[in-house]
Amino acid sequence: MTHIPDLRRRSFLIGGTAAGLACGYVAVDGISTALAANNFGPTAWYSIGPDGIVTVMVGKAEMGQHVSSAMCQIVAEELEADWNKMRIQLPDNDPKYNDPVLGALITGGSWSVRMNFDAMSRAGAAGRITLIDAGAAMLGVPAGECRASNSQVIHSKTGKKVSYAKIVADGKANKVWTADELKAIKLKTPDQYVLVGQAVPQLDIPSKTNGTAKFGIDVSVPGMLYGKPVTPPVRYGATVTGVDESEAKKVKGYVKAVTLDDKTQTTSGWVVAVATTYEGAKKAADALKVTYNNGPNAKVSDRTLIDEAKKLQADASSGQLFVSAGDPAKAIEGAAKTFEAEYLTSINIHAPLEPMNATAFEKDGVWHIHTGNQFASRTGGIAAGALGVDPKNVVLHQYFMGGGFGRRLDADMVIPAVLASKAVGKPVKLIYGRDNDMTMDFTRPLTYQKVKAGLDGDGKLVGLQHDVVSAWPTARWGIPAFLNDSVDKKGKLDGFTVNGADFWYTVPNHKVRAILNELAQKATPSGQLRSVAPGWTFWAVESMVDELAHAAGKDPLDYRLAMLDGAGDNAGGAKKLANALRTAAGRAGYGSTALPKNSGIGIACVSSQERATATWTACAAQVEVNPADGSFKVKRLSLAMDLGTVVNPDGARAQIEGSALWGMSLALFEKAPLESGALQVSNFDGYTPMRMSQMPDLDISIIANNDPPSGCGEPGVTVVAPAIANAIFNAVGARVRSLPITAEAVKAAMKA
Amino acid sequence: MLTLTVNGQAKQVDVDNDTPLLWVIREHLQMTGTKFGCGAGLCGACTVHLDGVAVRSCQTSAKDAAGKKITTIEGLGGNHPLQVAWVAEQVPQCGYCQSGQIMQAASLLAKNPDPTKQEIVDHMDGNLCRCMTYGRIQKAIIRAAADMRAKSGS
Repeated sequence: MTHIPDLRRRSFLIGGTAAGLACGYVAVDGISTALAANNFGPTAWYSIGPDGIVTVMVGKAEMGQHVSSAMCQIVAEELEADWNKMRIQLPDNDPKYNDPVLGALITGGSWSVRMNFDAMSRAGAAGRITLIDAGAAMLGVPAGECRASNSQVIHSKTGKKVSYAKIVADGKANKVWTADELKAIKLKTPDQYVLVGQAVPQLDIPSKTNGTAKFGIDVSVPGMLYGKPVTPPVRYGATVTGVDESEAKKVKGYVKAVTLDDKTQTTSGWVVAVATTYEGAKKAADALKVTYNNGPNAKVSDRTLIDEAKKLQADASSGQLFVSAGDPAKAIEGAAKTFEAEYLTSINIHAPLEPMNATAFEKDGVWHIHTGNQFASRTGGIAAGALGVDPKNVVLHQYFMGGGFGRRLDADMVIPAVLASKAVGKPVKLIYGRDNDMTMDFTRPLTYQKVKAGLDGDGKLVGLQHDVVSAWPTARWGIPAFLNDSVDKKGKLDGFTVNGADFWYTVPNHKVRAILNELAQKATPSGQLRSVAPGWTFWAVESMVDELAHAAGKDPLDYRLAMLDGAGDNAGGAKKLANALRTAAGRAGYGSTALPKNSGIGIACVSSQERATATWTACAAQVEVNPADGSFKVKRLSLAMDLGTVVNPDGARAQIEGSALWGMSLALFEKAPLESGALQVSNFDGYTPMRMSQMPDLDISIIANNDPPSGCGEPGVTVVAPAIANAIFNAVGARVRSLPITAEAVKAAMKA
Repeated sequence: MLTLTVNGQAKQVDVDNDTPLLWVIREHLQMTGTKFGCGAGLCGACTVHLDGVAVRSCQTSAKDAAGKKITTIEGLGGNHPLQVAWVAEQVPQCGYCQSGQIMQAASLLAKNPDPTKQEIVDHMDGNLCRCMTYGRIQKAIIRAAADMRAKSGS
């Protein structure tokens, strides 16, 4: 049902033509020379300098998840390095630093620690083994009698020791390990860990408290001009029919207006105002009078997308099957009780606080792009496609990201930068205004889900049909390796729209249909927003399961635990999920705490992100509703997460805190309405993520064990909304099936 | 030409009077710790001090800042109790809003050495953190306030 994409030697489409994903690459001065002579680099992943400093090349995008620090921590564990000697380096788009499992420079899916743990461990161990051999020779003792600790090789019997710095400085360590040699290394067992499992200070944090951390927007190159986009009045499909520069020409430092001819079709109808200063570019952008043909999507709205989704769902020939077990139609037909419901989620935008930006220039036939990006392998190729140059001549220089959340998986920001730079023949630093950033977001798509369920005489769920209609964000990338084969052999489907619907409950007859909403696909190019599909599939599944429990006259906790029986394919996971659920419910006092009037605790449990990469996650939410107007307050969120091996418990906790609040923010405060083909949000007055005053109490339980590490940046997002909705129902009997949850919807549901 | 006093140093800048202070600091003076988030005074990422008062530099013209003491995150010194507390509580995630958060918090502690949780929330609510590190921001402010009181002997 689920799979992990293998991006090695794959291609993708740019505006209809194929391009290499794992691009060729031209080495440039910079990092490669920084790691040159006198350093010891047993693998590509790090090098040790004569001062003992260990510089880890982090191919993962650092956007606040402290993944760069986590990679260092994994390396340092097996390397037996002093934590204070570890340093982060973000490499450019050199395929040498591709993810060892995925085969590309891509960061997402809460995959990074899980997929890099083994490779980073082996890299670290290789260094330790080489250093022990070299150190033992320097000490004149057998290597077998030596151990390494805290960046030193120590001869146990005599206590003689030599530092890694000294070994490297003397040039004694120089072995470069082959892939086969790395594979043969016997790694530590968890009882031997000294750093993994410790809340060591995150290496990226100090620079983020004194203004020295470098983000893409902080780049400056000699002779650069500035660019500010003018974006069209519809999200996608507009074309520019005219640009009147007469007023812009009066702006001091104005250079020119560049109308983008975007061969990659990533953008449509964009103009860039170029000037010698950013304030000049902004003034000029405001002064340009651009006329448009608004194109085919100018009448699309939330309403038309929902209408289209309902039409598609009603058509039995639509879509492809993601899950097919038994015969749910027959089971539902013969059921003692049947249930049907529709669940909706709104369009949402990422709105990272650092607006999209890129600085681009050409030098000696090589294009240099400075930006923070989550998918450098593809983004470099897109830039090449826009420029019409060989991808091997595009170098993406990587930076910290002022928020990613999936937004920086996309490549749009490099296009106006490279095309403006090409047009003016100089470096251009391109920065979106907040309005450009919001109205041109690659959104979480609007989703419409329909469930039809059948219960037997005991209230047990015996048949379920679950249809998911949405735009397909991953299909838009044009990378076949990212798509799933459908189980009904009707072609590929975008698994990143249905992941989570293949849950761990035992349901004998179960079908999940993924349906592409073409109208949405064209009008609102969608993207991967933190937690992606499980952010909506579990909204439907965990709301529905609660509704079924109530319909069956059972307690929702007991009802879930009974379905998490670990039978058949659900062995190995369901019981862990049940354990997380019991933990969250217990921490919240579910069933044991007397609650005030109009208060309720609701529960939910999820296996986000994919079935193959599940993190066992549960939440109990306590809410208080004002029955007079339906307004409500989330008092407390209790989350429990089984993470297996936890590299940095405080880092994991930070991710769970942030993701839980993200889940609540999406559930209550965030919506980007679509009218006349345009997203109706342009700044933080209209799109309103959670503020400090809106934060509930958080209670977080991390379940750690020796299972492989799993991801913790996203699952928390997915579990909170259904827990809140279920709590509202328990408080006042109001069932809300649409996100975000409004007071009006609660009030209306109370009457119903 | 305008003369701006930034972190105690006089700087000559050739900008129009109405240029937002934010872009003067970030691009003309290349002090990039102060961040651009919204350009409308809605997020607080660009917060700096003018004569000790927290202001949104995207909503402050260069002309209005001239003649006043401008303090940016770079001028806080690196070992300000808030910066120490921010590391101790491991506050930042992406880190992009944190310069503004710290500058906003510094203006609170300068006038209120022992803020209540509600006073902290009221003072900080205009500063958006998209990673939602709010809980840790609160803890760090409380820690820094206690640290400052201990040092001043009050």
